Amino acid sequence: MAEKEVKLMKGNEVIAHAAIRYGCDGYFGYPITPQSEVMETLMELKPWETTGMVVLQAESEVSSINMVYGGAATGKRVMTSSSSPGVSLMSEGLSYLAGAELPCLVVNCQRGGPGLGTIQPSQGDYFQACKGGAHGDFHLIVLAPNSVQEMHDFVADAFDLAFKYRNPAMILADGAIGQMMEKVTLSPQRPRKTDAEIEAECHSWAAYGKPADRERNVVTSLELRSEEMEKINQRLQAKYKAMEENEVRYEAIECDDADYVIVAFGSSARICSATVEIARAEGVKVGLLRPITLYPFPKKVLAELAERGVKGFLSAELNAGQMVEDVRLAVNGKAPVEHYGRQGGSIFTPDEVFKALKDKIINR
Amino acid sequence: MKETLIIAGFGGQGVLSMGKILAYAGVMQDFEVTWMPSYGPEMRGGTANVTVILSDRRISSPIAHEFDTAIILNQQSMDKFESQVKPGGTLIYDVNGITHHPERKDINIYSINATEECAKMGNAKLFNTMILGGYLKVCPVVSMDNVMTGLKKSLPERAWKMLPANEEAIRHGGEIITAVHTL
Repeated sequence: MAEKEVKLMKGNEVIAHAAIRYGCDGYFGYPITPQSEVMETLMELKPWETTGMVVLQAESEVSSINMVYGGAATGKRVMTSSSSPGVSLMSEGLSYLAGAELPCLVVNCQRGGPGLGTIQPSQGDYFQACKGGAHGDFHLIVLAPNSVQEMHDFVADAFDLAFKYRNPAMILADGAIGQMMEKVTLSPQRPRKTDAEIEAECHSWAAYGKPADRERNVVTSLELRSEEMEKINQRLQAKYKAMEENEVRYEAIECDDADYVIVAFGSSARICSATVEIARAEGVKVGLLRPITLYPFPKKVLAELAERGVKGFLSAELNAGQMVEDVRLAVNGKAPVEHYGRQGGSIFTPDEVFKALKDKIINR
Repeated sequence: MKETLIIAGFGGQGVLSMGKILAYAGVMQDFEVTWMPSYGPEMRGGTANVTVILSDRRISSPIAHEFDTAIILNQQSMDKFESQVKPGGTLIYDVNGITHHPERKDINIYSINATEECAKMGNAKLFNTMILGGYLKVCPVVSMDNVMTGLKKSLPERAWKMLPANEEAIRHGGEIITAVHTL
């Protein structure tokens, strides 16, 4: 297949291209606006004829996530995608995947809720994505792309992190990033892992067929003995701690001399980067801190900014105030932290965010 | 160079496609490009709009609150977007179905009767490329060669037989666009 190519593409379309080019083994999904182009593009590209990747439309999101569980249990690189209500249906499966320590990729192209809500963009699933979102003490690795290029790049990054930590990873996008077209550079095609490579990599845990030289691997999240279950929980927590130490990613725009810092992720961060331009043009020193990993959250850099003397933080989100709680915990009372948001599929503009920053922080 | 453009009208008028042709042409011309649609459950009859930004620098926000140019194709869009054109900017509208004409004095206003001209050419499907031709006459942000490449890329192969008629529509759009008020 072709080498690096520059294309004009929707965020959702690029997820499909990136998955094939990464060497993904299987996609299991169920259509829902605004992410339906992911499976539509896969069906058009017919990767089963080229790389051998399986693409299957399941009968529901509950089936999709459990097909992902099955594929992941054999050491394969498998994924699904959906939008908010569909991801809610998957939440039981996500807890089981985390409990059984299975790597996989889930893409959530968020829409406005609660309930069936609207098909327009929202960031109302931050809590769901970052605070477990289902029963039990667990975390997903959560990456928040803010461009079509990052939709592409994060497919590979999310799979790599999922396998590094044997943990489900989520790309938390939204209808704006999914439906928007931008230029994107596609990576070269990588071969899918061979059976021998999967065996070498996943020998200790995956159920790809029992060789004679080891005991059978059992993939389960069930452990009825509380002492053993506590040990499993401690192992999971140690894993999350390692993620917090090693995998935090963020982008800091004009934060070095900033008096005020906007914190925003995904599509909101794109809008707020224009707010920084407007503010700087007026002589107000505003910076933007964009968490790229929402879990693990970039607490340390926020604490450092507060320590350095930033006079106030504005968490700008397309929700009623979710990430703001993590910003407050990180800033820990050293400076005021306020929230500005729109909901229900409405999107704020760069000047609205600047007005909110003035009203809630600068002039208060 | 940075052009922030909104195209707004009914679903089925070719609003999103027109934006796509421009976006492709922008890529050909080595611009940074964003194409941000309003998307809805309806295919025809509902309102549709798309924001296209072409820039020689990295584009920060794909969402804008004011536009260098607005191409307006129905009354609802006129009501919503006339006020969102930057002072000194440009508003282009198709007169068909417009009951309240734009009144601002601080922007350039052009009208085009593409609905009628397409009917004369016997193909209503040429509407959006005729409007595009009018826009390119007033704001030549991309070259005609790149527009034709963009058009070819945004059409499926089975529709390539329509390319000459569309090229003619683009040319004709440039001829029929009329200045209503210029600064």
